Amino acid sequence: MQDDARPKLIGSRVQRLEDPRLLTGAGGFVDDIQLAHTLHVALVRSDHAHARILTIDVSAVEALPGVLGVYTADDFSAKPLHATSRMKGYQSTGITALADGKVRYVGEAIAAVVAESRYIAEDAASLITVDYAPLPDLVDPRIAAASNVLLHEHHDSNILVSRKFARGDVAEAFANASVRVKDSFRFHRKTPLAIENRSYLADFNKGKQALTLYSSTQVPGVIRDALAEILAMPGHSVRVVAPDVGGGFGGKASLYPEEILVSLLSRRLGQPVKWTSDRLEDLLTTSQAFDETIDAELAVDKDGRLLGLKAEILGDVGAYSIYPWTAALEPMQVAGFLPGPYQLANYQAEVVAVATNKTPAGPYRGVGRPAAAFVLERLIDMAAKRLDLDPVEMRRRNLVQPHQFPYRTGSGIVWDQSGFTECLELACKGVDYPAFQAERNTARQAGRWFGVGVASYAELTGIGSRMSAAPGMPINTGTETATVEIDASGAVRATFGVASHGQGLETTLAQIVADELGVPVDGVQVIHGDSAAVTHSTGTYASRSAVLAGGAAHLSGQAVRAKVLEAAAFMLEADADDLDIEDGIISERGTNKTLSLAEVGRAVYSEMGRFPLDMRAELDLRATKFYDPEFGTTTSATHIAAVEIDPETFIVTVKRFLVAEDCGRLINPMIVDGQVHGGIVQGIGAALFEEVVHDQNGQALSASLVDYVAPSAAEVPKLEVLHLDTAARGTLGGYRGMGEGGTIGAPAAIANAITDALSHLNINISQLPATPERIYRLVTQAIEGDT
Amino acid sequence: MIRKRPITLTVNGSTYARDIEPRRLLTDFLREDLGLTGTHVGCEHGVCGACTVLLDGNSARACLCLAVQADGRDVTTVEGMGEIGALSLLQEKFRKHHALQCGFCTPGMLATAHEILNDAAPLTDAEIREALSGNLCRCTGYEHIVRAVSEALSERLGGAATGSAPNAG
Repeated sequence: MQDDARPKLIGSRVQRLEDPRLLTGAGGFVDDIQLAHTLHVALVRSDHAHARILTIDVSAVEALPGVLGVYTADDFSAKPLHATSRMKGYQSTGITALADGKVRYVGEAIAAVVAESRYIAEDAASLITVDYAPLPDLVDPRIAAASNVLLHEHHDSNILVSRKFARGDVAEAFANASVRVKDSFRFHRKTPLAIENRSYLADFNKGKQALTLYSSTQVPGVIRDALAEILAMPGHSVRVVAPDVGGGFGGKASLYPEEILVSLLSRRLGQPVKWTSDRLEDLLTTSQAFDETIDAELAVDKDGRLLGLKAEILGDVGAYSIYPWTAALEPMQVAGFLPGPYQLANYQAEVVAVATNKTPAGPYRGVGRPAAAFVLERLIDMAAKRLDLDPVEMRRRNLVQPHQFPYRTGSGIVWDQSGFTECLELACKGVDYPAFQAERNTARQAGRWFGVGVASYAELTGIGSRMSAAPGMPINTGTETATVEIDASGAVRATFGVASHGQGLETTLAQIVADELGVPVDGVQVIHGDSAAVTHSTGTYASRSAVLAGGAAHLSGQAVRAKVLEAAAFMLEADADDLDIEDGIISERGTNKTLSLAEVGRAVYSEMGRFPLDMRAELDLRATKFYDPEFGTTTSATHIAAVEIDPETFIVTVKRFLVAEDCGRLINPMIVDGQVHGGIVQGIGAALFEEVVHDQNGQALSASLVDYVAPSAAEVPKLEVLHLDTAARGTLGGYRGMGEGGTIGAPAAIANAITDALSHLNINISQLPATPERIYRLVTQAIEGDT
Repeated sequence: MIRKRPITLTVNGSTYARDIEPRRLLTDFLREDLGLTGTHVGCEHGVCGACTVLLDGNSARACLCLAVQADGRDVTTVEGMGEIGALSLLQEKFRKHHALQCGFCTPGMLATAHEILNDAAPLTDAEIREALSGNLCRCTGYEHIVRAVSEALSERLGGAATGSAPNAG
């Protein structure tokens, strides 16, 4: 931001530029794209969790009218792509278009039918028979870890990652403790559940020998690089476009077999090839989340100060190590973030990630931190109860204090600076904590099962090049590019490598560029989600886009502003330092000389001869800049929940939910609120409803939206969000990432509130989601245990 | 090949006559045959509500409806509710209150909300939530959707409507 140009748009509730098209049905999602002569794919998927494929009988299909072909792994020679890692002892797995010789989870694709319509393709797929030789179904990670039966024959065991680390003197911390609390926690498996199912349309151009893949992906840059390698094509001949994308939440942030498949098929057949997932396929094959057992113990002194923490984390990562994040992502992040925003020097953790015959696990909103916050916030409440300390006071004594930043946590993560204590106090003020407790006490006295819960957390966002978004992953996710350009008509375009899928980046990034250039926000066209528009990109994930792309937008906007002013200064015979730009009009201070951006654009490109020869090489009103925040920044929040449990149905109702958060400077407060709301409700879903259930044979029992329950408006309370709104020190623009936080704090706060509501029965919530069935069992056990 | 049957129906005020397979879903007919891709498909089993359209003015799951069942009937999709530059009351309120993020569930959410406005009964926020509970949204947490629908409903009931859609809003 120029010193003389005060921000007008940054910080404003600017109405979104993407809304008019999305509100009128004029958006363009992948499945909306209809190319002439498109062929459609239906997949034959495994109904075994673990089996060798003996034969695939396609004889009934080949003569069907409208079927162009049936393909199996034997038809493709592309080598499997492996997600690599620097982590010692890590075992990778290959990703291919179709299962080759064996299947490792229910739903894995075995054969692809290509037909003139999806109807015909599905008719044909239903006629294909597969003979299997079943193998033992390894669905329990403890059994899989010890089993001689291997999912991947080239591995030493089914343990894909195993890691131990320790800081401080944990043994002494536990020896000196006044109170020790421990439990075995379980955060069950869930799925991201974007409302738009995954959809891919590959269009191979024979003349140019170039492929365009339209993909409902969060990471078009990652997919482009992966496909270039798999297809052995140069990057300039592979373009991946993520058009309007209907939510991702991590589920669209990895490479999928179907993306490879439609690309290979389109290249082979020379026609566009489309596959769109149905909901059953989504629930069987989109990367899933959590699924950890965490045995943890916390040591606390007599004043409630945290002394030490021990944890053993067993992650069930499913059948494959997902590309590019690897199987280490979720369980390692649990270990990394388990010490939370607290002063806690002595910490040891052991992480084991085990392959099982289930859908691959992958990134999901919050990655590791929802489980980490759940475990630590429960332990803190358990310790507070033993010490008869109020949960808020317990946290107040232990949060990293403002003067302690930068603070290195027990896992080695550094919190640069964030409003940890400020968020706690703001949240308490927001709910009027004493009155809030009084309301709880009154309800309790009336015999109601009513409880309140608090959770504080911190996360690293906008991670720069010094770290990888996934532990050990050798892909640069720490820089981001922006190109700002003004064309011959004076119109402004800003091009980014990120890929918005609901976050409103077409608006927030336009706000930044518009402020830098002095143009109206709706005069900035934001291009994103197109690998061909930039030299390098990954995409949008890990709460990175506002920080990284926002920073790059500032830098390139400033550079183009300087170029505009230089050209205008020559045209106006003025000094560039005396010029301002407002609403697209350049004016000289103290005079009435003005020029429009359109006039400058026309002069620069169409009348270049007006400028001296030595100016012309650099005249182009265009700049590309990279931004690297190097380390990233710390986002933090406190969540407070009130819940009531129906003692007859054991259904939990969230009565109130408030968040006080520090996401730095807000670019668009309306969009920030929306992100927090959405995150909270996914956290409520994770805490109460959403669970992928497998039986002992690895069959998914939650294979429809009737069985996999996502919260509707009726299950959700009014949501209250408070912001600190202070600029972060470590990032350009002062932004912190904030897309995930709602999902990190909510499960922990609700688990604490449910435990509080059941305190008369001495029940600890150690498993999520806290479904009516689980609460019924806990209550029944507690009552039977008493008699 | 399955024998095709003739159907004639009205969609967003225009009449279409087509020969289609009896098994063809209304969603596929709207999206692929008529090019009205604003109606989205989220689950194909009637739970998520993304495909909700108005059938003779009442909300209906286009994914659970065969196109032949719409023969002789009047369908309103999101494309018929308003347009860029001339948004309906509900579309305006959705924009004002940031009631959409990815926008995928939005057409179905608007169809249900249109029905709420058509019914023209005063509703509490809790009743609005119940009325919207057949439409899943994963982005917004519903907070802003409830505000948008509530404000549109009060304006409709207060007679301050500015909408332009055929049925409501």
